[in-house]
Amino acid sequence: MLSFVAQRIVKGVVVLLAIVVMNFFLIRLAPGDPAVVMAGEAGASDPQFVQQLREKFSLDKPLPEQLLSYVKGIVTLDLGFSFRQQMPVSKLISERIGATLLLTLTAFAISLVLGIFFGTLAARFAGSWGDSAITAAALVFYATPIFWLALMAILLFSVYLGWLPSFGYDTVGANYTGLAYVGDVALHLIMPAMTIGLFFMATYTRMTRASMLEVKRLDFVKTARAKGLRDNVIQRRHVLRNALLPVVTLAGVHAGTLIGGAVITETVYAWPGIGRLMYEALLQRDYNLLLGVFVVCSAMVLIFNLITDLVYRLVDPRIEFAS
Amino acid sequence: MKAFWKSMLRHPGGVIGLVILFITIFIAIFGPTIFPTSPWRMVQRPFLPPFTNPAVLLGTDALGRDVFAGIIYGARVSLLVGMVSTLVALIVGVPLGATAGYFGGRVDDALMRFTEFFQTIPSFPLAIVLVAILQPSIYSIVASIGIVSWPPVARLVRAEVLSLRTREYVQAAIVTGQSNSWIIWREILPNALSPVIVLASLMVATAILLESSLSFLGLGDPNMISWGYMVGAGRTVIRQAWWITVFPGVAILLAVLAMNLVGEGLNDALNPRLAKGSR
Amino acid sequence: MTAAPAVSIKNLKIALPKGAERPYAVDGISIDLIPGEIVCVVGESGSGKSMCAHALMGLLPDTVSTETGEIAFNGGNLLKLDEDGWRDVRGRHIAMVFQEPMTALNPLMRIGDQMMEMFEAHNLLTPKERRAKALGLAREVGLPDPERIVRAYPHQLSGGQRQRAMIAMALALEPAVLVADEPTTALDVTTQAQILKLIRDLQRRRNMAVMFITHDFGVVADIADRVVVLRYGKVVEEGTAAEVLTRPQHDYTKALLAAVPSMHPPVRAPLEGREKAVEVIGLDKTYVTSGGWFKPDRSVRAANEVSFDILQGETLGLVGESGSGKSSVARLVMQLIKPDRGTVRLGDSDLTKLTGRALRIERHRIQMIFQDPFASLNPRRKVGNIISDGPIAHGTDAKVAMQRARELLGLVGLDAGAMERYPHEFSGGQRQRIGIARALALDPEIIVADEAVSALDVSVQAQVLALLEDLKARLGLSMLFITHDLRVAAQICDRIAVMQRGVIVELKPTAQLFASPEHPYTRELLAAVPGQSAPPQAA
Repeated sequence: MLSFVAQRIVKGVVVLLAIVVMNFFLIRLAPGDPAVVMAGEAGASDPQFVQQLREKFSLDKPLPEQLLSYVKGIVTLDLGFSFRQQMPVSKLISERIGATLLLTLTAFAISLVLGIFFGTLAARFAGSWGDSAITAAALVFYATPIFWLALMAILLFSVYLGWLPSFGYDTVGANYTGLAYVGDVALHLIMPAMTIGLFFMATYTRMTRASMLEVKRLDFVKTARAKGLRDNVIQRRHVLRNALLPVVTLAGVHAGTLIGGAVITETVYAWPGIGRLMYEALLQRDYNLLLGVFVVCSAMVLIFNLITDLVYRLVDPRIEFAS
Repeated sequence: MKAFWKSMLRHPGGVIGLVILFITIFIAIFGPTIFPTSPWRMVQRPFLPPFTNPAVLLGTDALGRDVFAGIIYGARVSLLVGMVSTLVALIVGVPLGATAGYFGGRVDDALMRFTEFFQTIPSFPLAIVLVAILQPSIYSIVASIGIVSWPPVARLVRAEVLSLRTREYVQAAIVTGQSNSWIIWREILPNALSPVIVLASLMVATAILLESSLSFLGLGDPNMISWGYMVGAGRTVIRQAWWITVFPGVAILLAVLAMNLVGEGLNDALNPRLAKGSR
Repeated sequence: MTAAPAVSIKNLKIALPKGAERPYAVDGISIDLIPGEIVCVVGESGSGKSMCAHALMGLLPDTVSTETGEIAFNGGNLLKLDEDGWRDVRGRHIAMVFQEPMTALNPLMRIGDQMMEMFEAHNLLTPKERRAKALGLAREVGLPDPERIVRAYPHQLSGGQRQRAMIAMALALEPAVLVADEPTTALDVTTQAQILKLIRDLQRRRNMAVMFITHDFGVVADIADRVVVLRYGKVVEEGTAAEVLTRPQHDYTKALLAAVPSMHPPVRAPLEGREKAVEVIGLDKTYVTSGGWFKPDRSVRAANEVSFDILQGETLGLVGESGSGKSSVARLVMQLIKPDRGTVRLGDSDLTKLTGRALRIERHRIQMIFQDPFASLNPRRKVGNIISDGPIAHGTDAKVAMQRARELLGLVGLDAGAMERYPHEFSGGQRQRIGIARALALDPEIIVADEAVSALDVSVQAQVLALLEDLKARLGLSMLFITHDLRVAAQICDRIAVMQRGVIVELKPTAQLFASPEHPYTRELLAAVPGQSAPPQAA
C-alpha cells in the first residue's frame, strides 16, 4: 500500500516535470521574443523588466541551459512574477486556490451523490416513466454548456426570483463573522457548485444506470437470487457495489474536466479561485500567470487521480497492492 | 447496411438526433446563401427584443446585430470545428493505438506512457493555454481541440486491437501466411471500427462544447461568429437583454444533444450486445 | 422407488419468445425428484435442460413464460407462487449450484460473507452463529484451511474451490432438493471427479433429491440413479441409469451413447519405418508479466524442454489440463509465439530460424485448426474468401483458389453455396468444417488441431472427428492433436503425450498408455475420466 502510493507519487512528479518542460516549449511557440511573451502585454513595455526576465531565465544562453533554469525555478515553487498584478504567481495562486478547492470538491460531492442516487433509481425501475424522465434529464444536462447553464441560473434565481447572489464569494462589506459568514459563503456557493455539479451529475447518472444494468445480468446476481435474498439487499450489496467500480474510474478520469468546469464557472460567477485567475491572465495576456495556473491545475488533477486510484484499490480486492 | 439503418431507426432518440443533425448541417451549408444578412452588420436598433419585428425574429444584440443571423452563421463554426477537430484526433489516435496494440511490448509501453501523459493534463486548461499562445484562429482552435481529445481514441483502438489480435481468426490469418499490413487492414481494423465510430460521434459533441467554451472566454476566431462568442458577448447585458444569451445557448444545446443521441443510436445499432443491456 | 417425490414437475411447458427457432423451450416435461436419488437430465445444447433447472428455482429469464404445468412441492404448486413465496423456497427448500464457478460468486465479497447470506436471507441465526456455520460448511465440503478461506475473496480460490464454496452455500439450509446445472463442465477432469464425489457423498448423507443437469454421459454413468434424456424440449427416454445406459430404447439415446468416445483405443496400424514429418526439440517458453516499478516480475514456464516428433501419417495427441501448457506448445509449433529456446524442424527447414517473408512462405506446410468455431472465422468476410485468402497470399491465381475452395467445401461435407455466405449463418459444427477447409487449402503436410472438437456437442464432435480421421488418411497428413479429453485422444491418436505444468511427463503409443500408465499424473488423469464405473444400480 505504502509502496503503491510512493510509486504513484514518483510517477506523478515525473508527469508534472514533463508538463513543465512542455510549458517551456509552449512559450517558445508563441510568436515573438519569449521574454516579451512572458512579461505579458503590460510588462513588455518595461524594458527593464524584460531584461530582468531574460537574465533570470538565461534567455541569452543556449536552449538546454534555459530549460534547466526554468525547471529549477519551478521546482523551488517559483512560478515567476506577474507584472500585471505586481505579485509573484505562486502567491496569487496560493491566495485563490482555497476557493477553487471548496467549489470543485462541493460540486464533485454533489454530483457523485446525486448521480449515483438517480442512476440507481433509473436502473431499478428501468423502462418506467421515471427512468425515462431521469435518462432524458441526464441527456439534456450532459449536452448543456456550463457557461450557459450558469447564465440561465443567474437569470432565474438572481434576476427573476432574487433568491441567490449572482456573483462573488461573500457579500462585500457585510463583514459577517462566525456562523453567519459560513452561511453567507454557502449561499454564494450554491449556484456555482450546482452549475458544475449538474453536468457531472448527468455523467454519473448515465454511467451508474448503464453499469447497474450490465451487472444485473451477471451470474452472481442469479446466485444471490437463488439464496432467496430480498431484492433490496441484492441491489445494494451485489449490484450497486459492483456497478460503482466503473463510476469510480470515471470520476478519476473526470478530474481534469472538473477543473475545466471551474475555469468557466468561476469566470461567470466571479468566484475568486484559480479558474477566475486563469481567465484574468487570459484577458491580460499574462502568460507567466497562465502557465503557472496551468501547472497547478495539472498537479491538482494528479493528486485527484491518485486518490481515486487508492479508492478503487480499496473497494476492489482483485487489485492487490504491491507488497 | 440495411439492417444497420433499420436498427438505427428503431431507436427513437437516434432518429431525433439524426433529424436535428441534418437540419444543422443543412443550415451550416446553405444557411448563409438563403439568409444573406451578415451577422456582423447592424440591422436595427440595439437591444430589440425578440418576436417584435419579423425581419429580426430573435431580436438584436448590444450593437444592433441580428441574433438570428448569428445563429445561422454560427452553425458553420460549431460543426466545422466539431468535425475537423474530431478528424484530427482520429488521425493521431487511430494509428497510434493500432500500432501500440498490434506490436505490443516496448512499442506499446512507450506509446501508452505518452498517451497517459496527455490524458493526465486537464484538457480544457490545456486548450486555453494552446489557443492563447498560438493566437486565436479557427486553425489554432481545431488543432488544440484535436490535441486534447486524441488520447481516448488511442486507448480505445489499442484495447480493441489488443483483443482482436489474439482472436483466433487473426491467428489463422498469420498461420496462412498473410502479411502484417493485410492483417491490420483486412482482419483487425474492420472489426474494430464500430466502437471507434461511436466514440467519434460523441467526440464531435464534446468538441462543439469545447469550441463554444473557448469562444465564450474570448478565444474564438475573431473573423467568424460562433454561438459561444454570442453568449459571451451577451453575458454582461444579461439583465437587460436575456435573448442575446438564451438563443445561441439553445442552439449549442441542441447540436450537442443531437450528436450525443446519434452516438447512442449508433452504439445500439453497431453493438447489439450492449443494446440489450439498456432494456 | 417407494418414497414420495420431494418435487414433481408435471407437464411443464415453457414458451419461447416469438421468432425463436421453436415455440417451446420445454414442451410438456414431467420429472419426479425423489429424496435420496440423483436424477440426471441429459441433452445437447438447446435441449431445454437448463430451462428445467431454472424453472425449479423460479429463475427463468423474463423473455420466456411458463404456459402450462405444475411444480408440486409440499402440497402446493410452485408456479403459483408470488416473488415473496419464491424467496422463501429458494435456498431454504430448493437450492442451486451453477455452471461457472468463476462468475457465480460476487468478486467484491468474502467467501464467508457470501455463505452467511444464506442464513440472513431467511432471517435465521445470529451473525455470530452464522459465522460459525459458514466455517463448518467450508469444512464439510472439504475446503482446505477453512478459517482462512472464509475470509478470502473469490479470485483467491481455484475453480474447484469456488465450486465447493458454491456447494457449501447451497447446502447451508439443508434443502430438500438440490439443482445442479452442469456444475462440473467448467472444471478440469481431476477436479470434476472430486466435485462429483462430493455431491454424491453429501446427497447420500443428507438424503437429498438432486436434479443434475449435464451433457456428458460419462458423468451420468458416475452419478445418476435415474436418467431423463431431453431433445428439443421433450423427454425422449427415461429410466434408471442402468436401463438407459445399457439398454437404451430410443434411437436418439442410442446415437448419443454411440457418439460418446470410449476409453478403449481402437487398434491402429503400426507406423514404423516412416520418415519424421515434424521434429520438436527442446522447446522452452517462459511468460514474464512485468510487476511494475516496485514489484518483482512474475513468470510462468509454459513449456519446459518439450521435445517430440511426429511421423508422416501419424497423429500425436497432446493431453493436459488447463494451464498445462499444451496450447502454448501448439502456438510454439505454429510459430505464433517465438520460443526462448528450441527448434521446430519440418523436414530440412528449421521454422524457428525463419522470419518475415521466408517464414510466411514456409507456413503453408503446417496449418492449424482452432478451438472456438465462433471466434476462428472473421465475421466480416465471406466463407469463400476465408478459405481462398491463404492460397492467394501464396501466389495462387484468385480464380483457381476460388475453384479449389469450392472443392474443399465439398470435401468437408458442405455445399458450394456456402462460398457466398458469412460465418454467422452456420452452426458450430459447420463452422469447424469451414476451419478445416481453410487449413487444407494450403495443401499442408501437418495439421495442428487445438481443442478442435471441444466446443461441439457430442454427436457433432463424433462427426468432426470422423471427418478429420478420414481426411488425414486420404491426404496422407500428419497431425498434432491437442485436447483435454483423454477419451477423444484415445479414439484418434497413434501416440499420446501427457503434459503437466509445461513438461511432457509421459509419451507412449495410445494403447500402451491406457494399458500401463507409468507416471502418477497420467494415472490420476485416467482415473478421473468420468463414466468408467459400472452404472450404479437403482436405489
